[in-house]
Amino acid sequence: MLEKIYQKYRYSFILLRELVITDFKLRYQNSVLGYMWALLRPLFMFAIIYVFFAVILGIGKGVENWGVALLLGIVMWTFFQEVVKQGLKSIVSNGGVIRKINFPKYIIVVSTSLSAIINLLINLVVVAIFAALNGVEFGWGTLLIGVFIFELYVFGLGLAFLFAAINVRFRDIDYIWEVATQALFYGSAIMFPLNQVVAFHYNSAVLLSLSPITQAIQDARHFGITATADTALTITDNLYVLLAPYVISVLTLVFGAWYFRSRSPYFAERI
Amino acid sequence: MSKYAIQVKDVRKQFSYTSHKNNSIKRAITQLFKPKDTSKETFYALDGVSFNVEKGDFFGILGRNGSGKSTLLKIISEIYQPTSGSVQHEGKIVSFIELGVGFKAELTGRENVYLNAALLGFSKTEIDAMYDDIVSFAELEDFMDQQLKNYSSGMKVRLAFSVAIRAKADVLVLDEVLAVGDAAFRKKCNKYFEKLKNDNKTVILVTHGMGNVRQFCNKAIVIDGGRIVYEGEANEAADAYLDLFNSDSDSKDSKRQGTGAVRVENFTVEKKSDGLFMSITAKAEEEVSNVKLAVIITNENGKVIAGTNSMCSKNGQKLTFGQGETKTITFSSLNTLGKGKFSVGVRIEKIGGDVYDVYNNVAIIENDPRHVHYPTTLPSELQIEKT
Repeated sequence: MLEKIYQKYRYSFILLRELVITDFKLRYQNSVLGYMWALLRPLFMFAIIYVFFAVILGIGKGVENWGVALLLGIVMWTFFQEVVKQGLKSIVSNGGVIRKINFPKYIIVVSTSLSAIINLLINLVVVAIFAALNGVEFGWGTLLIGVFIFELYVFGLGLAFLFAAINVRFRDIDYIWEVATQALFYGSAIMFPLNQVVAFHYNSAVLLSLSPITQAIQDARHFGITATADTALTITDNLYVLLAPYVISVLTLVFGAWYFRSRSPYFAERI
Repeated sequence: MSKYAIQVKDVRKQFSYTSHKNNSIKRAITQLFKPKDTSKETFYALDGVSFNVEKGDFFGILGRNGSGKSTLLKIISEIYQPTSGSVQHEGKIVSFIELGVGFKAELTGRENVYLNAALLGFSKTEIDAMYDDIVSFAELEDFMDQQLKNYSSGMKVRLAFSVAIRAKADVLVLDEVLAVGDAAFRKKCNKYFEKLKNDNKTVILVTHGMGNVRQFCNKAIVIDGGRIVYEGEANEAADAYLDLFNSDSDSKDSKRQGTGAVRVENFTVEKKSDGLFMSITAKAEEEVSNVKLAVIITNENGKVIAGTNSMCSKNGQKLTFGQGETKTITFSSLNTLGKGKFSVGVRIEKIGGDVYDVYNNVAIIENDPRHVHYPTTLPSELQIEKT
């Protein structure tokens, strides 16, 4: 049975492996610090936000270990953002190969997302070190972070498929997504905890919890770092609200993959 | 199991001009308010193409640039989708539209081999096993750890070709790009083609080189304007392909260049046992002097292989024409051309000045296989002494 599946997807496996390796080698070539940048970028982002928003403006007060929670949020956001952004560009930037040889196109999008996963894993190690230094206790709840990351991955991959296919015809999607990224970053509870939204305007907090980004990050904070971090579970018991982010993520992936699949035969002539 | 490796049925491919430009939302929106006139914006690159390739065929596809043969190739290779019609195939198709697909300049030769071979469907262990052979065949042992950007174009082609010939496929699709490279490389290519032919592989070959078609293919089609204009035995297809050019120059004077002050009115070529006799009747519209008239002979691939002119011939001289005067100039020469078909062109010009007329493919000279296989023979004499 496994053998059969392997035979069917053999070519995809081989290609995927080689593309991930290539991407890994090429990404930080000719840079002095090389792969360190995968670590440094989110760390710098964290440092900036921590100093200006947490220390000076006092955002995040009342949440235990907000520093670690902020770092985790930024690392998860960076991962999501990378899956979508790299995926969006992947088909067009591989146009040369697509026009010359026939192969399953989804491999390209999946390979860029796997590169993002590698980056994420490295970053999570740093988060874990930070957490340990700050006395965060690890428990079974910590493992739940994996579930929320997977949810974020499903959502991000769905968008990556959708945008990669749209990008072949409308390059504008790149710029539109760039603007949307800004809105999502400031709009999702990444640099501020959901607790403050709850205190400010309860309904807005519920609305925010519908977003897979906010929900996944807040849940990861709640279960992985401190139970004092509010999450959809602590502010509402409406089952629809609780399930919505998961449903949105799965539907996004199904729709994105379906759209990608239906457009992919025409990529070669449209790029 | 059918006896056909590939069956192409009534394939049409429509392209629209706008879809290429229409990749911004702004354009898409402005388009909405414009009256639709799709008939002018689309064309058929292929217009009802059907043919079958049997297993073991070495199948040629001939056609001029823009005839639709590349589109056909991409549809067979499943890179493009046909607008209507279908392509059925049995077994795995591997196509080489280009050598070294996916090569990255920033990676080393070694890394590129693994990437390129993965695109052909080889796993890491399989590539490991044949890696040394690939490198030694490409003769690049000392360069594999260098970045590809430091390679010469010849080295890149060698490496790519060395990987390409490992491809395992039931049907191989080869575009003419395989014919690039220097003489040594072409020799390797020819060897590879010969091996494919001897192994009875199914191969589809797209080429401009009539030599390749005659040498390797058993069947061929000629495509022009998106339709098949000839289908059949390779040699005859090659002839049909060449006729395409000739019929074209007969019907259209547009191919003729020059000021027209002196024009070729008539051209005859006679092949007799004692040589070739080429007569050109030229008419001058105005009084001209210091005129040179040249006859240029090209082979099937359009390569100039011989020629003569009114200056270098025996009794050679500068020509003069009075206004409205018509003269007939005859060149007599030995038929030193080799076997095959040759195309004759005429060029009339003022020495060091205007070009009056260029008339390509004005006639065809066909020599039977008793002639030498060199493009031309050197008129030579043999002496044998015992030493």
